[in-house]
Amino acid sequence: IFSKASVSFEDVSESSSETDEDEQPLRRQEGSTDLSAEYWGIQKLAKYVKGGDPTATLIALCSMRDFNLSEETCQLAIKDTGCLEVLINLLDTEEIKCQTGSLKILKEISQNMLIRHAIADLGGLEIMVKILDSPDTDLKCLAAETIANVAKFKRARKTVRKHGGIKRLVELLESISMGSSYQAKDIETVRCAALALWSCSKSTKNKKAIRKAGGIPLLARWLKCAHTNILIPIVGTLQECASEPSYRLAIRTEGMIENLVKNLSSEHEELQRHCASAIFKCAEDEEIRDLVRKHEGLQPLSALLDKSENKQLLAAVTGAIWKCAISRENVLKFQEYKTVETLVTLLTDQPEEVLINVIGALGECCQEEENRGTIRRSGGIAPMVNLLTATNPALLVNVNKAVGGCAMEPENMVIIDSLDGVRLLWSLLKNPNPDVQASAAWALCPCIENAKNSGEMVRSFVGGLELIVNLLKSNDKEVLTSVCAAIANIAKDEENLAVMTDHGVVPLLSKLANTNNNKLRRHLAEAIAHCCMWGSNRVAFGDTKAVAPLARYLKAKDPLVHRATALALYQLSEDPNNCVIMHENGVVKLLLAMVGSTDDILQEAAAGCIANIRRLALATEKAKYG
Amino acid sequence: AAMSRKGRKLLVDSLTRSAKHFTKSEVECLVKLFDTLVAKASSQFAGAGFDRTVFRDTLYNAFGMTDDAVLDRVFSTFDKDNTGCITVEEWVEGLAVLLRGTLEEKMKYCFAIYDLNGDGYISKEEMFQMLKHSLLIQPADEEPDEGVKDLVEIALKKMASTYLLVPFLLQDYDHDGKLSFTDFEKAVRDENLLLEAFGPCLPDIK
Repeated sequence: IFSKASVSFEDVSESSSETDEDEQPLRRQEGSTDLSAEYWGIQKLAKYVKGGDPTATLIALCSMRDFNLSEETCQLAIKDTGCLEVLINLLDTEEIKCQTGSLKILKEISQNMLIRHAIADLGGLEIMVKILDSPDTDLKCLAAETIANVAKFKRARKTVRKHGGIKRLVELLESISMGSSYQAKDIETVRCAALALWSCSKSTKNKKAIRKAGGIPLLARWLKCAHTNILIPIVGTLQECASEPSYRLAIRTEGMIENLVKNLSSEHEELQRHCASAIFKCAEDEEIRDLVRKHEGLQPLSALLDKSENKQLLAAVTGAIWKCAISRENVLKFQEYKTVETLVTLLTDQPEEVLINVIGALGECCQEEENRGTIRRSGGIAPMVNLLTATNPALLVNVNKAVGGCAMEPENMVIIDSLDGVRLLWSLLKNPNPDVQASAAWALCPCIENAKNSGEMVRSFVGGLELIVNLLKSNDKEVLTSVCAAIANIAKDEENLAVMTDHGVVPLLSKLANTNNNKLRRHLAEAIAHCCMWGSNRVAFGDTKAVAPLARYLKAKDPLVHRATALALYQLSEDPNNCVIMHENGVVKLLLAMVGSTDDILQEAAAGCIANIRRLALATEKAKYG
Repeated sequence: AAMSRKGRKLLVDSLTRSAKHFTKSEVECLVKLFDTLVAKASSQFAGAGFDRTVFRDTLYNAFGMTDDAVLDRVFSTFDKDNTGCITVEEWVEGLAVLLRGTLEEKMKYCFAIYDLNGDGYISKEEMFQMLKHSLLIQPADEEPDEGVKDLVEIALKKMASTYLLVPFLLQDYDHDGKLSFTDFEKAVRDENLLLEAFGPCLPDIK
């Protein structure tokens, strides 16, 4: 049984492949220094826009759109000729036609990164937000869509929020009432507003602002419509915001899972991808995992694994499957759809983004014994072990968990061992990332338990025991916990225990005893219990002051802690000095309560420990009074 | 001469049909307004209608249209039978297009406004006339009219070209330097903003 890898959620599930442009330096492409025909043409038109009345301006603006505005040379020509300022100034007038003409151009050219930074610098965003109040629907749509293009970097998103843009965009969503028939203008309004919200929602503060403006019920409402053009940005926004618990709560309570599942079967891969992505992010919550199953979402997810050409879609789908598989009932369902077999085929020749999720999913599926066999029969063990040589920490964490899961099956262990898997795991203990170290240590537990000649195997790793004992010096709680668990297993072999003792395992374990973390306490106590079985370790634990803290563990509320502690105390109580300390710390009374436990092991250990303490007490009395 | 009630009712019915875009009560209001305007006008037309001056004043008061040249053209489009007098039919039907016209109706209307000599084409000279004062800032070293001529060329290239997309490479356009209604219609359907390309002639609905 091992813990969930504590990989930061944002690292793994940020399925968007766009790097945030704030990090990229703003540099233009070094093109030819000759100014192009487009440059002169645009400059001439800019002259009429600047110097003409609205009629002349409009003619020039309309003519400008004949240039290929999606080409960088044209876009930059507009900027370099000073035309961009003019376009933005036009937005600030009350002339609806001029505003419209200007926005039609701005909408196109704002696809260029330099241009959108320039638009923001020139104060264009504030004006566009104001235009969202205009009575002219076409103008509002253009403004919203242009905002969607510009708000692709942090500063722009902040500007939109600071000028009340989020509120207005949400109001646009509200202003169209849902019915059975829509005007084309209505659809366009909702589509553009949703696109703008989607871009803006990348910022955490904006996610909150959308919620405060009452956006969530509106997103839920529009999720029910049938227009793909609207659905894509709405789902896009939802999946972006799904990293916030408040959104996940709403997704659960407003019945959105049903719609998300339904749209997994859409014909549009982009929509499918965003739905899968939303589910990926939400399935952190158990209730949502259950809802996905209840609305029969697991089958379409599994079926989408066949669309392996579209890597972004595949990454989202495998991610969703991974998180859904955290629930056992879902794993059982996946078995019906032969998902495990399909996942195994995806272990090779896939981009890292996909691999992380595939392996994560397989790791979760290993909860079920049957799947451990399925993976082996489908030839999954070899590619998995091969991935132990990867460098990406997020990937390694998942691989470790999966390998550990498979190692619970002795037949699998044979293969893992033959492929040098245990040695590879062991060397991951040297990895600088604590999450990788911890997951490797967790995986080693079943390996050591299930391998043939595991004692010899462990000894064969040069410097291996010293390495793992030294990890007890780590600052990371999870590393400490997992290493204790591993040491508990290793110590079952006497020779290895002797070596670990030489490396100072006893004082290192004792140093950790003063902890309130129940998980650590449990595995630490287990480790101590097993390490008692060599030489004078029992005495040494007493000398290094492990006993009193252990006694306190009995006051915890966790039965697993009680069991491990009782075992440790029982072993320690073979030494009289330890008995004295235990007695002083009120151990007897606490253990008495556990003698009646239904847990056999706890019962025996508690009883045995009390017996030892009593025997010593009697002997002491005898010595006193003859 | 005042109309009988029955006559009035027949008139309203027939106008409602022909103008298409107004309800009966709206037509009634317009007819009443017409009567007031006729009363204001000189008795030149013996109560059959009102003249250019009254028309211009009305449109100025109602819609804020100030350009005399444009108002003249609007009068001419209203005055279909060219009598110099706007009858009640011309009045209601004209307003129907102005206020509620479909895109087709408005296109025909605007084209008629811009086709100054009514020959079915908007020529370069006509465009020049209409755009003469549209450039507010002229560079000092240029001939004052150069800019306007250039603008006319740009407009022509934009609207007369039916197949070429790259401006400034276009050497010849159909119809030898003038815009037919087909050209105009296509350009406006492509880009609605060009409906009033040569100057505002529709009321601003604010």
